[in-house]
Amino acid sequence: MSDLVRAAIADAHRREWARVLAATVRVARDLDLAEECVQDAYVSALDAWLRQGVPSNPGAWLTTAAQRRALNAHRRAAILRAKLPMLVVPDAPETSDAFPDDRLRLVFTCCHPALAREAQLALTLRLVCGLSTAEIARAFLVSESTMAARVTRAKKKIAAARIPYRVPSPQELPDRLDAVLTVVHLVFTAGHAGYHGGDLVRPDLVERALDLARTLCALMPDEREAQGLLAQLLLHDARRATRLDPDGRLVLLEEQDRTQWDHAQIAEGLRLVRSSLRGGRPGRFALQATIAALYTEAPTYADTDWSQLRAVYDLLLAAWPTPVVALNRAVVVAMLDGPAAGLALIDGLAEDPRLAGYHYLPAARADLLRRLGRVEESRVAYEGAIALCDNDVERAFLTARLTQLPPQRDAGR
Amino acid sequence: MAQYLILIYEDETAYENADPAVSEQVMAAHNRFAEQVGELGGTLLGGNALQPTPTATSIRGDVVTDGPFVETKEVLGGYYLIEAKDLDHALEIGKLCPAMFGGVEVRPIWAFE
Repeated sequence: MSDLVRAAIADAHRREWARVLAATVRVARDLDLAEECVQDAYVSALDAWLRQGVPSNPGAWLTTAAQRRALNAHRRAAILRAKLPMLVVPDAPETSDAFPDDRLRLVFTCCHPALAREAQLALTLRLVCGLSTAEIARAFLVSESTMAARVTRAKKKIAAARIPYRVPSPQELPDRLDAVLTVVHLVFTAGHAGYHGGDLVRPDLVERALDLARTLCALMPDEREAQGLLAQLLLHDARRATRLDPDGRLVLLEEQDRTQWDHAQIAEGLRLVRSSLRGGRPGRFALQATIAALYTEAPTYADTDWSQLRAVYDLLLAAWPTPVVALNRAVVVAMLDGPAAGLALIDGLAEDPRLAGYHYLPAARADLLRRLGRVEESRVAYEGAIALCDNDVERAFLTARLTQLPPQRDAGR
Repeated sequence: MAQYLILIYEDETAYENADPAVSEQVMAAHNRFAEQVGELGGTLLGGNALQPTPTATSIRGDVVTDGPFVETKEVLGGYYLIEAKDLDHALEIGKLCPAMFGGVEVRPIWAFE
């Protein structure tokens, strides 16, 4: 019985945390108080559900319990009126729903542009995903005290500067949504590419990002960029099982066993790509998803539709002109027009300060130089990429490539 | 409602070298801004333009020195004190604040109760 209840609570933590907290924030009008009340509600659930059984709607039970705690705290505080600024909660039309869904308010508040990107990430993982500060600190390889300070600073700013707890107006929505989707994408990237350190994939972060993207799609069914994001994440993650060989070595897309990909997940991703492209000019997340789809749909790497891929990259570069997109496009150009053409584009990007420290640039250069037989230059580029790479798995891959280069030639002397 | 200070940071050398038409344009923009704050549902509580930084005198401890407190390319050249619903509202207003040769910073006023 108690195992069953514990499982139900763990499940409710995973599924309902954001909804319960979001609804409690509206009553508590203070992020810290709301968090405390929700945590208390989860603790009290253990005892109550053991006695009364698991309620039919655990989320609603937890919300009621947490909101009641918040109201009591306010009654107590009213006596010694706290001087802290209250969160600005604009009046919303009262809904008859006993368990209203405030998750979008919470997400948009966490990803407000007045907060630094790293604070947006930390707040989203903490408040929307319910991760502890220790877990977030581990994910981003900073000390727990650094992460705690980051979260506290962000919460203070929300209160002191009066960042409102609301969903942005329709005219603000495109920009604000872009910030939210970017944060979810960063959570995924941190999990998928393992940013730094030993593991290539942190499945917990990947799962959180997929959950967030699914939630955003469900809450904003008309937002094609949200669909594009989810599609992109599903398509990338569908290849998870084949990205490493049994010895933990990196396997490039061209060498992956395509029969081992998660084809159900790919089918879902492809459906979402089509839907994200329908109706008007596609945004950058839809275009990125289309690129992932073109790579995934090809029966073999060699059969990838490179010219179509270049066309989509051209659209993406116009919609979202970043040097990373230009770099990826150069790799596709190299497949179509030969390594020399790709190399010329990459060399044009090498001076961009935004790519300084980005190890994929020297890595891509090294690969093209290798294919052109310019062994010495390739060696130097691989060494540069290895020096910049902070992921052990990728560094091992680059080192292997470096040692596979033909021995140093006499360069015709 | 809450109060925010809009601090205007600009490259003041740009004004030294600007022709008179630019100054007129800037004055007109500031007059227009004063109207826009109200149109957006905010309140303009005050504001001033500051003399250029060569007129500034700084005091640190007992030491009095010529010039602004911090040497930067873009310097504080003026401010507005506004009242707005929340940060989003204040930013909406701040976006309209003229700052042809720089930008603005929006800071909440610390209200002591």
